[in-house]
Amino acid sequence: MNEDGGAPVLRAQGLRKQFGSSDTLVRAVDDVSLAVAEGETLAVMGPSGCGKSTLLHLLGGLDRPSGGELYLAGQRIDQLSERGLARLRRRAVGFVFQAFHLMDELTAVENVELPALLAGAAPRAARRRAAGLLEQVGLADRAGFLPSALSGGQRQRVAVARALANDPLVILADEPAGNLDSEATLDVLRLFDTLHTAGQTLVVVTHDSRIAATADRLITMRDGAFVDETRLTGGSGGSLGALAGLEG
Amino acid sequence: MGRTLLIGRLTARDLRRRPTQAALLLLAITAATAVLTLGLVLHGVTNHPYQQTRGATRGPDVVAQFSGPVTPGPFGPGSPPPGQVKYSPQAIAANARRVRIVASELIHAAGVTGHSGLYPVASAVAQAGRRLAAVVAEGRDQTAAAVDQPKLASGHWVSAGGIVLERTYADALRVRLGDRITLNGRPFRVVGTAVTAASVPMPNMCYSSCDYGLPFGPRGISPRHLGLAWITRAGAQALATPSDPLGYVLNLKLSDPARAQAFVNRYGHQFAQNPATSAAPSLTTWQDIRNVDGLLIRDETAVLSPGAWVASLLAIGTLAVLAGGRMSERIRRVGLLKAVGATPGLVTLALMAENLILALAAASAGLAIGRLAAPLITSPGAGLVGAPGAPSLTLPIAGLVVGVALAVAMAATLWPAIRAARTSTVSALAAPVRRPRRRAGLIRLSRHVPVPLLFGLRLVARRPRRALLSAACIAITMTGVVAVLAFHATADEKLYGGGTGITDPVMARDTQMLLVLTVVLLALSGINAVFTAWATVLDARQAAAVARALGASPEQVTAGVVAAQVLSAIPGVLAGIPLGIALFSVANSGSITTVPPAWWLVLTAFGTLLAVAALTAIPASIGARQPVAGILQSETA
Repeated sequence: MNEDGGAPVLRAQGLRKQFGSSDTLVRAVDDVSLAVAEGETLAVMGPSGCGKSTLLHLLGGLDRPSGGELYLAGQRIDQLSERGLARLRRRAVGFVFQAFHLMDELTAVENVELPALLAGAAPRAARRRAAGLLEQVGLADRAGFLPSALSGGQRQRVAVARALANDPLVILADEPAGNLDSEATLDVLRLFDTLHTAGQTLVVVTHDSRIAATADRLITMRDGAFVDETRLTGGSGGSLGALAGLEG
Repeated sequence: MGRTLLIGRLTARDLRRRPTQAALLLLAITAATAVLTLGLVLHGVTNHPYQQTRGATRGPDVVAQFSGPVTPGPFGPGSPPPGQVKYSPQAIAANARRVRIVASELIHAAGVTGHSGLYPVASAVAQAGRRLAAVVAEGRDQTAAAVDQPKLASGHWVSAGGIVLERTYADALRVRLGDRITLNGRPFRVVGTAVTAASVPMPNMCYSSCDYGLPFGPRGISPRHLGLAWITRAGAQALATPSDPLGYVLNLKLSDPARAQAFVNRYGHQFAQNPATSAAPSLTTWQDIRNVDGLLIRDETAVLSPGAWVASLLAIGTLAVLAGGRMSERIRRVGLLKAVGATPGLVTLALMAENLILALAAASAGLAIGRLAAPLITSPGAGLVGAPGAPSLTLPIAGLVVGVALAVAMAATLWPAIRAARTSTVSALAAPVRRPRRRAGLIRLSRHVPVPLLFGLRLVARRPRRALLSAACIAITMTGVVAVLAFHATADEKLYGGGTGITDPVMARDTQMLLVLTVVLLALSGINAVFTAWATVLDARQAAAVARALGASPEQVTAGVVAAQVLSAIPGVLAGIPLGIALFSVANSGSITTVPPAWWLVLTAFGTLLAVAALTAIPASIGARQPVAGILQSETA
């Protein structure tokens, strides 16, 4: 149960991830517990190497924890097989990466429709959905462009559209503006704000305080552990750009 | 000196870092060069044993064969089937008289310095246990002949009721001293085995001339199942019947053996001009016999030479796949070398050095293996005495083999190395991932197929040149395999007499050669398939990781890589079928080729695709189980 009393979409209990052994043991994630409510935007902040990205990978089933429990929509997922985790990512999780990770040889619309095709959607339906999402992120006129012909901000918006392709329960974003300039960062923030308003659950890992300020809740990490948790109002405050300090 | 040291250090480090890759490459080029060495050293290898046999048996310079009353040979147009025409005693006696007259002319011809014969010759069906074959039984004196005295390999010379078998023939019939065999039902005891330089041994005895009324056809006996035996004159005469009268043989020694062909031309022409001489002999020179003896090795060479080139092409393909894949890994090194002042030429050399060194080592190993293995397949067979001696590994052959090995390495790595060396220093230092190609048609098509095929088609679309290379390698393998099948189909159809129980010695050796060659080709192809799959896995590492982050399972990714390889292999398999039949036809010197039955080809095609899938699945599943997070993070870094 989260603080609001509703069932959390995502819940971790005593989550741990270790690398190496004895002298070389690194505790990338050390006994972390959290609950993310439906529609909540959670920001995780901390210095480089504090374990933010590792935590995000654990939450999305991209990596396996060394210990602890992890639940998505009430289902325990830390013990799922690789195939089970793949199915989970397909239907319940959307990823947005710092490096975009778009497929260079696919156009924007082909990139966006990929998760739907993986999930077995009919090609026509997948294309319709992808076109709609590109329109939603303001890139309808760039649907046929290859990633190499898009700006950084546009690529990240394509990546967000791709993350939404299967209507996931939660979107996990890893430094979504890490490779972007101020203007592109603002574009992405606006997009996240729209998603937040629409009730999309978001977990954003960042070391950028301006992005963190847009969340409902901010967790600070250091050496693999949570050291601080703050409830914010920026995400629902409406004037996102102003709060983030990106608009003049 | 400093540059050499630098290149040496880099090469040594690369070899240490990837010993398995280096070992497999070494194996691939060694296999190709060993087969090539074998093919090259076999040329002319039987000359020496034939000369030894000729010396040991007082071999004739010209052999004159006279048939019975029927002038045309057994294969001549209009000749009645053997054993179906009965000749009167008068006709048989008249023929014998004419033979004696012609033989006398030959014996007293200019340039003839010695002779043996006329010897009566009976054609018969020999039976040893359940094995059947045709035999030419020469009626001999018990004393040694001045010309063509067969050299005993075992036992003793002919005696009443005893038969001496030509050694190859004895081996084919699987009889030993003391065994009983029958000739047209008459029993003989095997008292000896011998070799001769006056006749080509089985299975090529009928290759140059065969002018006796021989019992081919009935009971499944083929002309390849004809052998030579020696019995007493009385024994030969006893085998003759009105329907199978005696033929005769005369061995001649000339003052100038080198001009034997001129002698044959002169007298052959003279007899042909005189239609009254119905006893015109068939004249065969010792050189003809020697050349037909060489067919044993020539067949092997005909198998090995195309096989060596096919293996070399496969080695090129393997190296090209590996070199292409590794160049993208080494692009950062290119940047570093250029940043510290290396010229593009030096960079190219540094990139190629490892493969060139491996090629040199492989060529040396291939030469040694080929040289050591050659005697195993160049034994002259039971039909000759002596050993072929060490096959001649001459400097030109060694040069050619080393040259081919280096050319293989150069052909596969030069272009990727030049391309890498031309990359700008800044770009190389940034170590960009080689941008994949886009094939819009294939990507569109892939949207409509199941996920593994979707991946497969898109992987093919990303690297069409690799897919083409893969298809070419499969086509080469399939060509080799289908050529082997065509050989067996042709051999089964044309050469083996069903149910006679006779082992064809040449076919047996050819089959062994082909088996070795097939194993080499399949091994090379297997290495190639694994390398190609691994290169694809490395290249698609990031794309596969993203796909898995988006919900693709490791099994789907593995199946995708397998599908990519199988899709590339399909055109190769299809192209290899006609190419293999064509290759066999060319190697078979245009003789009749039997196309293998459709079910053989279908089975081979599916088997090949299945093997590709199985070999690809290993590296693909290893690649698909790499942690996604690690790959995505390393791409970000």
